[in-house]
Amino acid sequence: MRSVALKTARRAGRRRSRRFTRRDLAVLVVLLGIPVLLDIVIIWGPTLASIGLSFTSWDGIGDIHWVGGENYRNLVDNYPPFWPAVRHNLLWLAFLGLIATPFGLLLAVLIDRGVRFSRFYQSTLYMPVVLSLAVVGFMAQLILGTDQGVVNTILNNHENPIDWLGDSDLNIWMMMLAASWRHTGYVMILYLAGLKSVDPTLKEAAAIDGANARQTFFRVVFPTLRPVNVIVGVITVIESLRAFDIVYAVNKGRNGLELLSVLITDNVIGEASRIGFGSAIAVVLLTVSLGFIVTFLVQELRGARDR
Amino acid sequence: MSRRGLLRGAAVGAGALTLPALLTACGDGPGGDKKTVTVGSNSSDAVPKKAFAAAFTAYEKKSGKKVDVNTTDHNEFQTNITRYLQGTPDDVFMWFAGYRMQYFAEKGLLTDVDDVWKGFKGFSQALKDQSTHDGKQYFVPYYYYPWAVFHRKSLFEKQGYEQPKNWDDFIALAKQMHKDGTPVAFCDKDGWPAMGTFDYINMRLNGYDFHKGLMAGTEAWTDTKVKKVFDLWRELMPYYQKGALGRTWEEAAQGLQKRQTGMAVFGMPHPGQQFPENERADIDFFAFPEIDPQYGQDAVEAPIDGFLIAKKAKNVEAGKALLKYLGTPGAEDIYLAGDPNNVAVNDGADTSKYTPLQKKSAELVSGAKQISQFMDRDTRPDFAQTVMIKALQDFIGNPNDIDGLVNRIERQKKEIFSSAVS
Repeated sequence: MRSVALKTARRAGRRRSRRFTRRDLAVLVVLLGIPVLLDIVIIWGPTLASIGLSFTSWDGIGDIHWVGGENYRNLVDNYPPFWPAVRHNLLWLAFLGLIATPFGLLLAVLIDRGVRFSRFYQSTLYMPVVLSLAVVGFMAQLILGTDQGVVNTILNNHENPIDWLGDSDLNIWMMMLAASWRHTGYVMILYLAGLKSVDPTLKEAAAIDGANARQTFFRVVFPTLRPVNVIVGVITVIESLRAFDIVYAVNKGRNGLELLSVLITDNVIGEASRIGFGSAIAVVLLTVSLGFIVTFLVQELRGARDR
Repeated sequence: MSRRGLLRGAAVGAGALTLPALLTACGDGPGGDKKTVTVGSNSSDAVPKKAFAAAFTAYEKKSGKKVDVNTTDHNEFQTNITRYLQGTPDDVFMWFAGYRMQYFAEKGLLTDVDDVWKGFKGFSQALKDQSTHDGKQYFVPYYYYPWAVFHRKSLFEKQGYEQPKNWDDFIALAKQMHKDGTPVAFCDKDGWPAMGTFDYINMRLNGYDFHKGLMAGTEAWTDTKVKKVFDLWRELMPYYQKGALGRTWEEAAQGLQKRQTGMAVFGMPHPGQQFPENERADIDFFAFPEIDPQYGQDAVEAPIDGFLIAKKAKNVEAGKALLKYLGTPGAEDIYLAGDPNNVAVNDGADTSKYTPLQKKSAELVSGAKQISQFMDRDTRPDFAQTVMIKALQDFIGNPNDIDGLVNRIERQKKEIFSSAVS
């Protein structure tokens, strides 16, 4: 113990004379340099490459031809799945943001107030979160399949089955429901943790001041949950923009289930290999994501300054 | 122990663990061995996988070489083919004949096998054409299977249905089936099964040459001939089972097996794999009916599967030796003994052990004046994958907007075909 204390003292003394020793610098360079390098190579490299490739025509084998904004023009008015995909992504965001997330909050509040068997509900609702969305997609197929699905078997509508996953007006809603099943549990756990940390004296004070239950929640408890709200908001946006696996598991993201992520995969990775064109779609998704990221960062930085 | 010391220790430890793994990764993997030939296989289904294994074992016994098979999931293999061929492909790999092979030959990713073809006997000119690009052969055909209208023999007998010869009879039969509660089976969740029906109506109405031109991008999709195809197809739509876009081909074939549906346009292995073994004798088919007498039932859609050598293959000599063997009738016999859902391509193959269905298939194919492959094998992969799957699904979802549909296809086709293949 004593030797450690001595060493620390000695080190502190040296630090005062020269801010960083050579060893400190080396450690700093290595520990900072590696993540920065990884960040550049793994994240910024491919991002910039995508942006560059989006102005070219390339099949992944031969030469790369510069085509300017041709891919974007084509995307907007000569690629039928593009606008539906944009619509579906936004719909997904709205559904998770306006329905699944508030529902998760509601469940958290109910459980937090101590209903009977709350442990049981808590674990049941949280269970789907451990499943990958691809698995949720397979389960949706077992439940909603046209010929052999559970729902249609129960409805016994053999003559005129409801095509839950094949009807392009219906299937996106089914997918969003399935995705929400998982998302709700996730949001619930986050809020539950947040609610547990709310100081009970705040509620007592509000009660003494004559606030009713609703006022207490919206005026007192909810504002103190701000850090959780931010996290939940970020998660909701991420979940809706990266939605891919569930629709890909169901029907490869076709016929009413088009999403930007699916179109990128189809064009870049599939046998088609329209890499330039696919990159252009990727850039669109990047722009949308950047919009959210920038808003979030600005909010956070401003919040940090105010605090 | 200080924190720094711990970190350093951890770093050294991690290095010690990963370094040997990195070194072995750099070393020469399998494939350098001259006694071994590697095969990239897309036959992930149980029945064909076993049948292929039997054929390769026979080759091992005959040649004394070792065959190392790397099996990948069928769809995944297709999706990854471009990267597979540019990476470290196996010495021999399985793929499809026709344009889908020629596309990669044009891009210079395949090794030609002219010299192997010189020793071949028993392949028809049509087969040779499907294996050829720019005067050179790149493909060794192994088996094929015809597309036709499949049904249960017993159901037809029970209901007194007759196999139709022309379009009017076909529609009348479909109507009757629909009335009897066993509609025509239909599925397109997978995106490709509906292509078979489109191809057949197109070839019966406009002939094989038009099909070729349309697939090659020289004919226009806005042509009235194409609109007529969709019009005719629409006549059939009311008699299909509902919910085609939510149904996989497996489910559709199982419906046929359960007598819930009356007939289906399928390739031979599709009902074959879904019927239990003791009911397979009940499967029967008829050639897709005639529409324009000028073209009769001349063309048959019969996709050919076979073997190729990639340009980047490590051991081309061993690969060619294997191909030489696989092109013999004996090698096909061994495969078909294990997978009776296909037909041998070589005239010399032993047909005495064929099931009646195989015999009928062989007759259908050998009687054909032209053999087409399949929409996604006769045209560019980028066009088939990113345009036609959606277009046909759109048509099935809303069969009324044909003008809009063909216009959208044509505009996208022009865009895609404007970028050169090589």
